[in-house]
Amino acid sequence: MSVTTATPGWARPRTRPGWLARLFDSKPFLIVACLFPAVGLLLVFLTYPLGLGVWLAFTDTQIGRSGVWVGLENFQDLFEDRVFWSAVFYSVFYTAAATALKFGLGLWLALLLNHHVPFKSIIRAIILLPWIVPTVLSAIAFWWIYDAQFSIISYVLVDVLGWRDTYIDFLGTPWAARWSLIVANVWRGIPFVAISLLAGLQTISPSLYEAALLDGASPWQRFRHVTAPLLMPILAVVLTFSVLFTFTDFQLVYAITRGGPVNSTHLMATLAFQRGIPGGHLGEGAAIAVSMIPFLIFATLFSYFALARRKWQQGESND
Amino acid sequence: MTEALVPSPQPSAAAIENPGALLSWESRSRRVVTVYLPLACFLFILLFPFYWMGITAFKPNNEMYDYDRYNPFWIHSPTLQNISKLLFETSYPRWIMTTMGVAIGATVLSLVSSVLAAYAIQRLRFRGSAYVGLAIYLAYLVPPSILFIPLATMVYQLGLFDSPLALVLTYPTFLIPFCTWLLIGYFKSIPYELEECALIDGATRLQILRRITLPLAVPGLISAGIFAFTLSWNEFIYALAFISSSENKTVPVAILTELVQGDVYQWGSLMAGSLLGSLPVAIFYSFFVDYYVSSLTGAVKE
Repeated sequence: MSVTTATPGWARPRTRPGWLARLFDSKPFLIVACLFPAVGLLLVFLTYPLGLGVWLAFTDTQIGRSGVWVGLENFQDLFEDRVFWSAVFYSVFYTAAATALKFGLGLWLALLLNHHVPFKSIIRAIILLPWIVPTVLSAIAFWWIYDAQFSIISYVLVDVLGWRDTYIDFLGTPWAARWSLIVANVWRGIPFVAISLLAGLQTISPSLYEAALLDGASPWQRFRHVTAPLLMPILAVVLTFSVLFTFTDFQLVYAITRGGPVNSTHLMATLAFQRGIPGGHLGEGAAIAVSMIPFLIFATLFSYFALARRKWQQGESND
Repeated sequence: MTEALVPSPQPSAAAIENPGALLSWESRSRRVVTVYLPLACFLFILLFPFYWMGITAFKPNNEMYDYDRYNPFWIHSPTLQNISKLLFETSYPRWIMTTMGVAIGATVLSLVSSVLAAYAIQRLRFRGSAYVGLAIYLAYLVPPSILFIPLATMVYQLGLFDSPLALVLTYPTFLIPFCTWLLIGYFKSIPYELEECALIDGATRLQILRRITLPLAVPGLISAGIFAFTLSWNEFIYALAFISSSENKTVPVAILTELVQGDVYQWGSLMAGSLLGSLPVAIFYSFFVDYYVSSLTGAVKE
């Protein structure tokens, strides 16, 4: 108490700091100074380009020539462009198929790892490897695995097992190439899903499973009514990220097929790149990139709110 | 039990392990079929491309394209020819150095900015700090595939085209949101009382950040740093769009654009290049596995 009632004449034991130290002790200045680098970089290299991209989409800018405003012309051209619509179709199909497979297999792997298995930490470390290695470099390995003449998969199927007579032309026909790319994407995506969901599974209290077991719940019922609802919040976040990054994928397709055969495996991102940078039509490329934004907003809102609402509903019904 | 070693922003969350182990009264053979067999399949499929990459990198050409006389799953006469060709006949060492420089530069820049931003948002607590945090998080949802065309025009106008500096400046756009979010989580786990004590003892805000908050947040800094390094090493689309001259290319771009020439692919040197390009990240990874796992799961949980 004596401290709080100290007289006003109490002398400060330390010397008065210089103006620089006082400046660094003032909260408003510190807030501005601390936020400046991050916010500045993001505003200059993220927010501004985002706006610039939308503006470019309405111009006929080409490399080396600044464009003029052409209104919706780029979008009208794209609307009649069959390659663009095939890219839209494949982007949606690629995202849907790859996400479904990634989450099915990733959840399975997470459930397997949640069992008591020996060398668990080593296994977990190995599983994350595909996700750590640069995508392009593993994509090149897949490219070699999918080689028309020397594919190891074809070799096993034809020469070892004798299940087929001819080698599979993985990247030569449109649908085979589409599925080959999806498999490569799933291979790379499983680790992220599995490790994130495993972290979610480990937060579920064992006593809930014990209670369910005593009530006579089957393994499926335990999964359906204990694991699934409690996993839903983390699943929603992982799903949102996964959908977002699968839809805007670029590296894998560019490395393995570059959009071929006959433009059948173009994603919107690869088409935007092809038209914009090597093709030189920056305006058109920007229009394709901007067309991705509605899909992204829709996918984010859908995967987030659909799952978040279910969690809320189930939370309510439990009470 | 390994979970306990993993530094986590929410230590309580990771403490519980293995709900299955407590209540399984399954027979051993059943366990083999339902757990070990699928797990082995997963491991095989996830690792096979690496095995195939590695084995191809050391195969001589006559073995590589002759499956009738040589078993493709094994090397009969391993050779270093592919790797030596890569190291001495291409500018591969140069590409590695460029990639390393860009990755380190972008990581340092993002880490410094993120630490300051996370400290301001989580500890200085001004009006609207939650909104700034949310805005930075939303920035993470903007994918590079949308930004590369306008960024390419910007980079060109700034005179940075074909310069690694362009990559150092643009990589933070996806690194800062991630690192900031991760560090906010770490700062949250440090008791505020420690800072209050220091304030009462007469420390300035900067001293508190330097002497108290940062040392306690070292695991978070390591997580954010190695993650940022890995992401920069893996980045592709910006490097492809902004760099045109051979000697300034990063490893992923260079392998795809410089080593693939014509219709006959040199699979041996392509695989050797991929293997060597993955090694720095893989070595890095093997030292910091737990940090990777914790940053991955920590960022998702936030």
